[in-house]
Amino acid sequence: MKALRDVFGDTLVDLGKTNPNLVVLDADLANSTKADKFAVAHPDRFLEMGIAEQNFVGVAVGLASMGFIPWLSSFTVFFTHRAIDPIRMLVAQTHANVKIGAAYAGLMTGLTGKTHQDVQDIAIMRAMPDMTVLAPADAAEGEALIRWATEFDGPVYMRLARDAAPDLFDKNYRFIPGKTLLLREGADVLMISTGPQSVRCVEAADLLAKQGISAGVLHVPSIKPVKKDEIINAAEKSKLIVTVEEHTIYGGLGGLVAEVLSEASPRKVVRLGIEDRWGESAPNDYLLDQFRMSAPRLCERMQKLVG
Amino acid sequence: MSSETDYKDLEMLARRGRWLAISTVAGSGAGHVGGPFSAMDILVALYFRVMKIDPKEPRMPARDRFILSKGHSSIGQYSVMALRGFLPVEELKTFDKGGSRLQGHPDVTRLPGLETSTGSLGQGLSVGLGIALGARLRGEKFQTFVMIGDGELQEGMIWEALHIAPRYRLGNLTAILDWNGLQQFGWVLAINEEHRGDRRDPWTGIDLRGIFEKLGWRCIEIDGHDFAQIVPALEAAKASGESDQPTMIIAHTIKGKGVHFTEGKHEWHSKVATKDELRVVAKELGIEEAIA
Repeated sequence: MKALRDVFGDTLVDLGKTNPNLVVLDADLANSTKADKFAVAHPDRFLEMGIAEQNFVGVAVGLASMGFIPWLSSFTVFFTHRAIDPIRMLVAQTHANVKIGAAYAGLMTGLTGKTHQDVQDIAIMRAMPDMTVLAPADAAEGEALIRWATEFDGPVYMRLARDAAPDLFDKNYRFIPGKTLLLREGADVLMISTGPQSVRCVEAADLLAKQGISAGVLHVPSIKPVKKDEIINAAEKSKLIVTVEEHTIYGGLGGLVAEVLSEASPRKVVRLGIEDRWGESAPNDYLLDQFRMSAPRLCERMQKLVG
Repeated sequence: MSSETDYKDLEMLARRGRWLAISTVAGSGAGHVGGPFSAMDILVALYFRVMKIDPKEPRMPARDRFILSKGHSSIGQYSVMALRGFLPVEELKTFDKGGSRLQGHPDVTRLPGLETSTGSLGQGLSVGLGIALGARLRGEKFQTFVMIGDGELQEGMIWEALHIAPRYRLGNLTAILDWNGLQQFGWVLAINEEHRGDRRDPWTGIDLRGIFEKLGWRCIEIDGHDFAQIVPALEAAKASGESDQPTMIIAHTIKGKGVHFTEGKHEWHSKVATKDELRVVAKELGIEEAIA
C-alpha cells in the first residue's frame, strides 16, 4: 500500500533515469504532489513555474514542440478549473504531447475543504476531444498508467487521489487503453467504479457476500477511451447497475455508463457519488461517511437498492 | 542609405499584405482588419528580413519561431505567409471556409509553418516561453518571437508568462507588443482626451515599459510602422539570443494603419469592406491590378 502521490513522484524519478526527454513542471506544490522527488533526482529537468497554472500549461506545450515529454504537476482543481482554457486550446486542440498529473483529485484532499476538492474533473475532461482520461486505483495501477502515459504520444489527463488505498493489483498489472477490469462477479448488483473508490466497492462487495447478496465490481481505470462493449456485457449479467464514484453524479463515470447503456442495452442505472452539493474540510473517514462512499455505507445502500 | 531606399521592398510587401488581408476578408464575408493592419509591417519584417525560415521546409529544426498570440489577426499572418511562399496566394480565398487550412484563428494542426494554435487570447507567450526554454535545454540557437496585442495584455495569463520568462533568463525569447491602442469595443474617450484612436487606449496613463523592465525584460520602443526602426529592433533582439534577458519590443502602432478610413477606428476591428471601399483601399495602397 503506497499513496498515489508517492507513486507519481517515484515513477517519474525512475522514468527520468532512462528517458532524457522527460521534464516535470511544478506550480509550487511539489512537496505536496511529491514531484519534489524528481526535483532532487533530476534537478536540471525539474522546472519550477510558480503559482501560475495557465502559463505552465502553455510552457509545457512549447516544450512538447521541442520534443520533450512534459509532466505537469499540480492539484486537480487548478487544472480543470483555473487552467482549463489553455488545456482546451493549446493541449487538446493541438494534440500536444503533454501529460497532466492531477493530484488531490476527489474529496480526500488532506483537510483543504471544498475550495480544493475537485469532483467535476472527469465530467469536464471526458467531454474534451483528443484527451485521454485515466484514473488509477492503487499503487501498481498508478505506476503502470504513468509509464504508459509517458510512452503514449498525445495528451493524457491522469486523475490521482492523494492518499494510499489498499492494493488491488500487483506488479504483473498490464494496462490496456479502454479496458475495464471485472474485480468481482455479481448477479444481484454490479457496482461500476473508478480510481480508489473501486477498492471501497470491492470491500463493500465482500460485506454484501456475507449477507447473501451477490455484488460485482467493474473497475474502469480508462474513462476515455473506454471499451463500451465490456460495460454492456458486464451490465447484462447483473440485475441492477450502480455506478459509484468520488465525483459528482453529473457527467462523470455515472454519466458515461448511463449514456452507453441507454443506447445499447437500456436498463436502470443508479448513480452514486457526490450529489448537487459542495464538500467540506474533514478527515477522510468523516467525508466517506458523510457522502456515503465508505464500504459499510455502500453496503447499506446496496442492501436497500437490491432489497 | 536612407530608410526609403533601404526598405522599399518591405514597404511594397506590406501594402500588398494589407490588400490581401482586407480583400480576403471581403471575399469571406467576415474577418478582422484593424489588427492585421497594425501588425502588418512587423509581420513583413519578420518573414522577409529577420527570421531564418524556409517555406519549403516549414519544420526545419533550426528555424526561428513566430507565434501570433493575438490570433484573430490571422489573416494578416496568412497573407504574409502566402507572399513568402508558405501557401499559394490563391488559397487565401478559402479563408474561414469549411475544410480550409486557413481557419479564423491559426490552427497548427492544419497549416504547416505555424508553431501552435492561438485565438483564445493571452496564451501565445507561454508557448513561446516553453519553446525558448526547450531550445536552451537542447542547446539550440534559434530565436522565438511572439506578437501580443495591447488588448490581449489585459489577460492574466500573459502576466504569468511575463513574470516567469526573465526568471529563466531567456534571451532567446522576444515578445512584440502591437500597441495599437484600440480593442474590439473598449472604453469611450474622456472629454478632451487625445488619442490616435477613437476609443480609449486600454493602457492609457500606464508605464508599461517601466513595468516590463522591472519584471526583467530588455525593452526596445519603436514606431511599429517604420521599417527603419522595426528591422533594427528585431535584429537586436535576435542578436541578444544568448543573453540572459528576454526582449520586449514595444511597437507603437495604429489600428487599421494604411487606409485613411480604417485608421484609428475601433469599428474596423472586425468589418467587411464594401466594393466601393475596396476601390479606395486599392488606390491608397497602390495595388494597380485592383484599381482597374
